[in-house]
Amino acid sequence: MGELVDINARAACGIPRVSTDKVTLAHGGGGKAMRDLIDDVFIRAFDNPALAPLEDQARFVLGDLGAQADRLALTTDSYVVDPLVFPGGDIGKLAVCGTVNDLAVGGAKPLYLTCSVIVEEGMEIDLLRRIVASMADAAELAGVKIVTGDTKVVEKGSCDKVFINTAGVGVIARRHDLGVGHARPGDAILVNGMLGDHGATILAARGDMALSTTLESDCAPLHTLCSTLLDACPDVRFIRDATRGGAATVLNEIAQASGVSIEIDEERTPLRPEVRGFCEILGLDPLYLANEGKVVCVVPGEHANRALEALRAHPLGQDARIIGKVGSGNPGRVTMQTTFGGRRIVDMLVGEQLPRIC
Amino acid sequence: MKYVDEFRDPVKARTLLREIEGLVARIGATPEKPLAIMEVCGGHTHSIFRYGLENMLPREVELVHGPGCPVCVLPMGRVDDCVALAENPSVIFTTFGDAIRVPGSKKSLLQAKADGADVRMVYSPLDALTLARENPDREVVFFALGFETTMPSTALTVLQAAAEGIENFSIFCNHITIIPTIKAILDSPDMRIDGFLGPGHVSTVIGVDPYEFIAEHYERPLVVAGFEPLDVLQSIWMVLKQIAEGRAEIENQYARIVPDRGNDEALAAVAQVYQLREYFEWRGLGSIDHSGVRLRDEFAQFDAELRFTVPDAKIADPKACQCGEVLKGVIKPHQCKVFGGACTPETPLGALMVSSEGACAAYFQFGDPDKLRLRVHSPEPDESVVA
Repeated sequence: MGELVDINARAACGIPRVSTDKVTLAHGGGGKAMRDLIDDVFIRAFDNPALAPLEDQARFVLGDLGAQADRLALTTDSYVVDPLVFPGGDIGKLAVCGTVNDLAVGGAKPLYLTCSVIVEEGMEIDLLRRIVASMADAAELAGVKIVTGDTKVVEKGSCDKVFINTAGVGVIARRHDLGVGHARPGDAILVNGMLGDHGATILAARGDMALSTTLESDCAPLHTLCSTLLDACPDVRFIRDATRGGAATVLNEIAQASGVSIEIDEERTPLRPEVRGFCEILGLDPLYLANEGKVVCVVPGEHANRALEALRAHPLGQDARIIGKVGSGNPGRVTMQTTFGGRRIVDMLVGEQLPRIC
Repeated sequence: MKYVDEFRDPVKARTLLREIEGLVARIGATPEKPLAIMEVCGGHTHSIFRYGLENMLPREVELVHGPGCPVCVLPMGRVDDCVALAENPSVIFTTFGDAIRVPGSKKSLLQAKADGADVRMVYSPLDALTLARENPDREVVFFALGFETTMPSTALTVLQAAAEGIENFSIFCNHITIIPTIKAILDSPDMRIDGFLGPGHVSTVIGVDPYEFIAEHYERPLVVAGFEPLDVLQSIWMVLKQIAEGRAEIENQYARIVPDRGNDEALAAVAQVYQLREYFEWRGLGSIDHSGVRLRDEFAQFDAELRFTVPDAKIADPKACQCGEVLKGVIKPHQCKVFGGACTPETPLGALMVSSEGACAAYFQFGDPDKLRLRVHSPEPDESVVA
């Protein structure tokens, strides 16, 4: 294991190039090889004023933060994905967008991210470079700065090529008070677009099924979408990005935390034909597939149409739909009116979704 | 989506439901003494719950969820054998996804994997053969499971392995056959089934002719059914129509896929590779004669049971489990003593609670046990659906 070294602690002047093709244990050894890797791959890509002093920590002027809002939001998430690069994104883009979205759905304006990377010995430097460049691009798109970080190299077999952790800091304006327990009977449930794209893309990209698709991950920063919605409809009760476990899991979390029932309408649930077809072939339920650019929103029923218009006016919300309604029936229960005319329970998954035998 | 949406048309569904109500009235069934129709296949069980069909049908029709879920009828001892094979350090143990969580007497394959066994999920036996080619220094065992639907693909994989002379590949054969199983249900003293929905995908292989004895000797109608919700409703309508007209025949609703005589090539591969076992142990149903197959002697080298030592222990089902009564339709899943208590999808005692095709898991996840228990028909939505 390489000892802890902050990328801030390394000089950025006269940036050297890493001379090997692959990451070796030497790149985690604390010596010159590690400094070269950090300077060349990370500092070069993330360069910004908060990172530039290269101290062991990033420093912020409290007054500047306080002038924007009254609460600080802090979140962290670790990213492990196979394959590392997939149609529509890669682990780097995911690591930035995912953490930005975790801030944004709380009504926060995302400001700063950290970047902790665990690299497996033998990983190609060019691939690492590509992933880090993708993080830098995504950070720029999301309007956040990557201000501090850490790199470790572990022996081959100790991790799967690269694991990334990002923590994020944002600020929340006084008027927003979003909570998973805030849903009330009569509220409307909205999503900002097609569900399941990311999950289906990743499953297809693994190549196990030998299915070729035109699908792309929906991985995107949702901070402006969330702020557009909150500006148009300040009474929004709750927003959550429907990542692992999909929309079905978020709906169950809302129903349980708020002590309400939720009924969604299959007919109104937006799905791409490709995702539907993919799920039909494998016996999967798209409601449980991961998304990386989709949110489930709860808004008071009387503001539902205004919220819908606001989402649809945003480039990442053009396919937004009102998919359901909060009720006062069985607390904690999510049901779906099927297109066919029946009604069924949409429960939490126990484990992973498993393809069926026949 | 073409070829899918046509079979999920709610307008056609309403027409069929009206027709079904008419037939039920003609037959004179009552909610107290409903007509029991068994869907033999787990795929149908899955469709019934996924589309909420059970709640759409009149109360005079009761669907009984049969034994056609291969994961569900696998006895615990066979899962233990899988775990023992998987824990052999030389073995890469390959399995279909839904078998991975089925509980053995000590652990499931998923738990064995966490303990260090090399268990890998595959989508086809050919994937396992590819692994064998790529890992010549390891033994690759494929957990062959399923009715006639999956039997041919395993058989063709064994033939391929033989043709290529691959020496590090074998199958742990747990294939089972549907006909003796239906016969065992019909011969059961507590049998109370009025008609059957026949398994659609099994029938693509065996055709419809092998079911004739059900009509001839047992005088029960069977309709080979497709898996889309309209397929299932139409097949129920066809069974009821036969009952109303006093007929007991074998009919094929799934003719767009199922040829009457089956698939010659698949049947030839099956005949070439397998021979019937004298008997096979079923979870909940006990031993059923000639209901399982093993590899023929000429393919012995691909038989994991001969290649490795498997414990082959007979493990009794947990006493509290009533899987057998559920499988035979004697009780509904929620009437089992341990349903939703000791036995849940998180901590399954019986395999019926594991697979998405298992009746108990379907009841737990998709159904509405409270309302089913009260037999309240067509639960009203909490309020008018969606703004």
